[in-house]
Amino acid sequence: MDPSKTPKTILEARNLGFQYEGAEARALRGVNFGVERGEFVLLAGPSGCGKTTLCRCLNGLIPHFYPGVQEGEILVDGSNVTSMPTSEVSRKVGYVFQNPENQLFALTVEKDVAFGPENLGLPRSEIRERVDWAMGLTGTTELKNLAPYELSGGQQQRVALAGILAMKPSVVVMDEPTSFLDPVTAEEVMKAVADLRLEHGITVIVVEHRLDLVARYADRIIVMDSGKVVADGNVQDVLDGQFDQLTGLGVGVPRVSQLWAMLKRDGLVSGQTPKVVEAAAEKLGGKLST
Amino acid sequence: MILVEDVSFEYPSGRGEALSGVSVKFEPGEFVAVMGENGAGKTTLAKHLNGLLRPSSGRVLVDEEDTRRTSVARLARKVGLVFQNPDHLLFSETVRAEVAFALHNLGYAVKTIENQVEKTLGSLDLTRYADVSPFLLSGGERKRVALAAVLAWEPEYLILDEPTIGQDYLQKERLRNFIVQLNSQGKAVIIITHDVEFVAEAKPRVVLLSKGRVVGEGPADRVLSDADKVASASLVKPQIAKLFDQLSRFGFPRDVVDVHRAKQLLEDRLREVSVHV
Repeated sequence: MDPSKTPKTILEARNLGFQYEGAEARALRGVNFGVERGEFVLLAGPSGCGKTTLCRCLNGLIPHFYPGVQEGEILVDGSNVTSMPTSEVSRKVGYVFQNPENQLFALTVEKDVAFGPENLGLPRSEIRERVDWAMGLTGTTELKNLAPYELSGGQQQRVALAGILAMKPSVVVMDEPTSFLDPVTAEEVMKAVADLRLEHGITVIVVEHRLDLVARYADRIIVMDSGKVVADGNVQDVLDGQFDQLTGLGVGVPRVSQLWAMLKRDGLVSGQTPKVVEAAAEKLGGKLST
Repeated sequence: MILVEDVSFEYPSGRGEALSGVSVKFEPGEFVAVMGENGAGKTTLAKHLNGLLRPSSGRVLVDEEDTRRTSVARLARKVGLVFQNPDHLLFSETVRAEVAFALHNLGYAVKTIENQVEKTLGSLDLTRYADVSPFLLSGGERKRVALAAVLAWEPEYLILDEPTIGQDYLQKERLRNFIVQLNSQGKAVIIITHDVEFVAEAKPRVVLLSKGRVVGEGPADRVLSDADKVASASLVKPQIAKLFDQLSRFGFPRDVVDVHRAKQLLEDRLREVSVHV
């Protein structure tokens, strides 16, 4: 297909709402947004605000797997997720669960990573190639003959990510993908995902409480509270314009941004809020050498 | 006091020692963070503290009782362990029933149980979910229910495996205040974590574990600002420590890890600068 004719929007939520069966309130209410191909979106908000529910809508687990009442619609590549078979949605939208234990089931790591591509009916050589690629990228090659239950939480998380990447989806949705990882591994995984997006144009949606890890890579932040979108924009703009709202909601803003905001309140610094250490060091260094 | 003396442990599946000659102690009322890379042996160490695992060699003494000669049921009254994954613990139909479960097993009177359950739910911001099924809650909320279920019987030593996972910033603040409160009641809180930012703000004593060995120990600001120590356990320095590394050329100390001390130090200097201009 001529790339110029590919629609720019890959994901779209139109007045999306959802209430789990047996729950008293709606987990999502009137959610509207569009995501462009190749965007890196950070999804943030307090614990229980509906982030995970939204992720489940994006890949069709809602309403196919979780019973409840849905309103509005969610479109992936122009098609309504609700009317697509789950198998087709999962080919387009890969979902890395919050808890990797819920994702892994095969007898060995290698078989687990191969499961998705096998079910796409790909030729053997292609499956082999994708499995090796995904395990290499996530640093799980040496674990390939182990059983998932023998792995630590962090190792499981990387294997779950490998299994999704091996499907080569257009969109990767990750629900707190680094929560079980030690900081060095967490940075490696985030960087690998950011590189993938740049090299392969994959659209990335990451749920994360800690902005320090993702702020460097994300173009955009969507903030939710009580099932609604309360902020949506460029990460820098939201940090500059809605800082107090973010911290009020419990979004873990980078510490250097927090420090900057405190100094700014006392009138000691001014200008754009730094979102990474290097920027803060440069700005403060400039101030201190005058 | 919990004394871990030269403990080594190997899982029956073999693959080498998960712990090698670990010696460390935990005092009543203390706040300690055990940190280290994935697979460093943190959870294995935690399971030794309440007797779920017994050392292959060396010994663990909980208030002078050797865990090899004491039942887990007896140790559990003193040492409460909250697992990393709440779903390993939760099974009741409501949050209230979940939190009451262990109290029933420990044979408390009904009235005591009721009071204890309400108090615990309140302190963890869970009262509004008392009659809800734990499985309808978010990952972060289920994690707090699992904590409440252990906390309800007020163990002397509380071990929390990755308590900040899935918690937003406000919940982390609450957790921190809560730990301070438990410490002031003389209870020891031992957290297993790689959340360097949480540790940098909460400032527990840090025990660094790597490949089954203790590779460092000391106050949070000293350990987390030590590049070699931090790297040896696959951690990274907290953001503020990284910033102060770069600001050290202006004569700032390098062992600054938390926002509040950072602000104080910078505030004074920035005031001087603006006076000179």
